[in-house]
Amino acid sequence: MSELFHVSSAPHVRAKTSTQNVMLWVIIAMIPTAVFGIWNFGFRALLLIVATVLSCVVSETVFNLIVKKKNTIGDLSAVVTGMILALNMPVTLPVWMAVLGGVFSIVVVKMLFGGLGQNFMNPALAGRCFLLLSFTSEMNNFVTDAYSGATPLAQLSAQKGILFTYATDAKLDVTDIPNLFIGAHGGTIGETSALCLLIGAAILVATKVISVRIPFAYLGTFSVLMLFFGTRGVATGEVAEKLASGAITFDALLTGALTFVLVHLLSGGIMFGAFFMATDYATSPITKKGQILFGICCGVLTFLFRNIGAAPEGVSYAIILSNLLVPLIEKITVPRAFGVVKVKKEGK
Amino acid sequence: MNKYLERLFNGIIKENPTFVLMLGMCPTLAVTTNAVNGLGMGLSTTVVLVFANIIISIFRKKIPDGVRIPAFIVIVASLVTIVEFLMKAYLQALSEALGVYIPLIVVNCLILGRAESFASKNGPVDSMFDGIGMGLGFTAGLTIIGAVRELLGAASIFGVSLGYTPISVFKAAPGAFIVLGVLVAIMNIIRKKMDEKGKPLAKPSGCLTGDCANCTSKCADEKK
Repeated sequence: MSELFHVSSAPHVRAKTSTQNVMLWVIIAMIPTAVFGIWNFGFRALLLIVATVLSCVVSETVFNLIVKKKNTIGDLSAVVTGMILALNMPVTLPVWMAVLGGVFSIVVVKMLFGGLGQNFMNPALAGRCFLLLSFTSEMNNFVTDAYSGATPLAQLSAQKGILFTYATDAKLDVTDIPNLFIGAHGGTIGETSALCLLIGAAILVATKVISVRIPFAYLGTFSVLMLFFGTRGVATGEVAEKLASGAITFDALLTGALTFVLVHLLSGGIMFGAFFMATDYATSPITKKGQILFGICCGVLTFLFRNIGAAPEGVSYAIILSNLLVPLIEKITVPRAFGVVKVKKEGK
Repeated sequence: MNKYLERLFNGIIKENPTFVLMLGMCPTLAVTTNAVNGLGMGLSTTVVLVFANIIISIFRKKIPDGVRIPAFIVIVASLVTIVEFLMKAYLQALSEALGVYIPLIVVNCLILGRAESFASKNGPVDSMFDGIGMGLGFTAGLTIIGAVRELLGAASIFGVSLGYTPISVFKAAPGAFIVLGVLVAIMNIIRKKMDEKGKPLAKPSGCLTGDCANCTSKCADEKK
C-alpha cells in the first residue's frame, strides 16, 4: 500500500516526452534522407555516416570518462549530431576528416560548454564550418563517379553573369526542377533530395517534435527576398530599364524570378538547414515570437550569403550566426505573464 | 631560493604572463601563427620589458605619481622604436611577419603591468630579473602556442615541413582561441594536480590577480 501514497513535490503530471524520444524521432525523420543519400552516392556515404556517428558517440563517452561525469550518450543527441554532420559532407571526404569533424562538434562545441542544452551553437553545423575552414578543397569536392559537374547551386552561382541577362525566354537552362526536387544530382550526402527532407520534416511536424514557425519563417523570408532582390529578382534596378524598353515582358520576368526562387530553395542545404538544423532545441529561441524572428534572421543572412557572398552556399554560416543571436532574441521576446501589468519605466 | 632566481621562476612558471596572468592577449592571439613568429614576438617584448623595467626602476622616485602612466609610456615607446628600427635593419623578414604588432608592444599590458606593479616599487637589479623572468615566460607562452598552431595548422615546426595534411583552421583566428584555451586548461589541470599532491604551485599574488577581496597587501601604503 505504501507506494500509493508516494509523496513528491510538483509537477505531478508529466508528459511522456523525453530527450531520448525526441532525438529518436529526429533520427527516424532523417532516415529517408540518409537512405536516399546512400542510394544516390553509393556505399561510401554509408561509411561516412557510420564513421561520423561513431566518432561523435565515442568522443562523448571518452569526454565523460575523462571528466568523470555520467555518460550522456543515452540521450541519443550525439547520434543526431553525427548524422546531421555526415549528411552535410560531400561523399568524397576522407574518413579521418569526417571523424575529426565529429570530435570537434562534440568535444569543443558541445561538451566543453557543458553538454546538451548548454551549447550555444549547433554542434553539427559548427563541426561542418570547422571542416569547411580547415579542408576547404576537400569539403567542396563534389565530383563523384555519378556526378562530375558542379552542384546545381554552384552552377547557379558561377553563371550569374551569363544566365541572368534577362533574355526574352526567361528560362533557366541549368535546372530541371522535378529532378532537383527528387534529388538525383551532386551535392552533400543529405542535401540533394528535397522530397526526402520534406518527408522527414512531415514526420517531425506530425509528432510535434518541431513547430513550423522557424522553418516557415526562414524559407518564407528567404523566398521573398530572393523573389524581389535576388540576382533575377523583380525589384532590381536593371529590370525596370528592361521592362520600360520592352526588352522583356512582365510574364517572362515573373516566371524567371519564380523559377529562380524555386531552384534556390531546392538546391543546396536550405531545406535541410531549415527543418533539421535551425530547429535544434538548444540553439533556437523558446518563445514563439522569438522563433519567428530567428527564422527571419536565418533567411536574411542566407539570402545575403548566397546572393552577395563569394561562396555559393551560406546556410551553415547563416544558422550558426543566428544561433549566437538567440539569447538577445529571447530577451526581447519574453511574453508578458498573465495578469501582470507592464510597469512603465520612470524617467531615466 | 636566491631572490633573483625566484624572480625568474616567478615570471616563467608561477605568474606566467600568458597562461596565468593572461596579459598581452592581443599579440598572443594575433602573431602566433607559427613558432618562429611567437619566438620573435616574445624576444622583442622581452628586450623592451627588461630595459623598461630597469629605466623605470631607476627613475621610480623622480616620476611624480600623478603622471606616472604617461611617463612609463614615453619610456616604453622610446625603447619600442629602437627595437623596431633594429628589427627593420637586421631581421627584415621577421619584422614584416610581425607587422604592426611590433609598434603595438608600446601598449602591451604586460610591460605597463610590470612597470606599475614591480619596477616602480623595487630596485633596478630586482626589476631587471623580473623583466627577464616575465619576458622569458611570455616568450615561452607564445612559442608554445605558435608551435602547436604550426604543427596543426601548417604541418611544420619552426618552418620545417612535416608533410601531413594540415588542419588549416588552426592558422586562422579561431585556432588561436582554441589553442590558447586548451593550453590554459592544461596549465590549470597541472596546478590542480600539484595542489592535490601537496606541492602547490604558488598562486599568483598581488594586484594583478584582480582578487581584491582577499588582498592582504596594502598597495596604497606601499606607494608612500
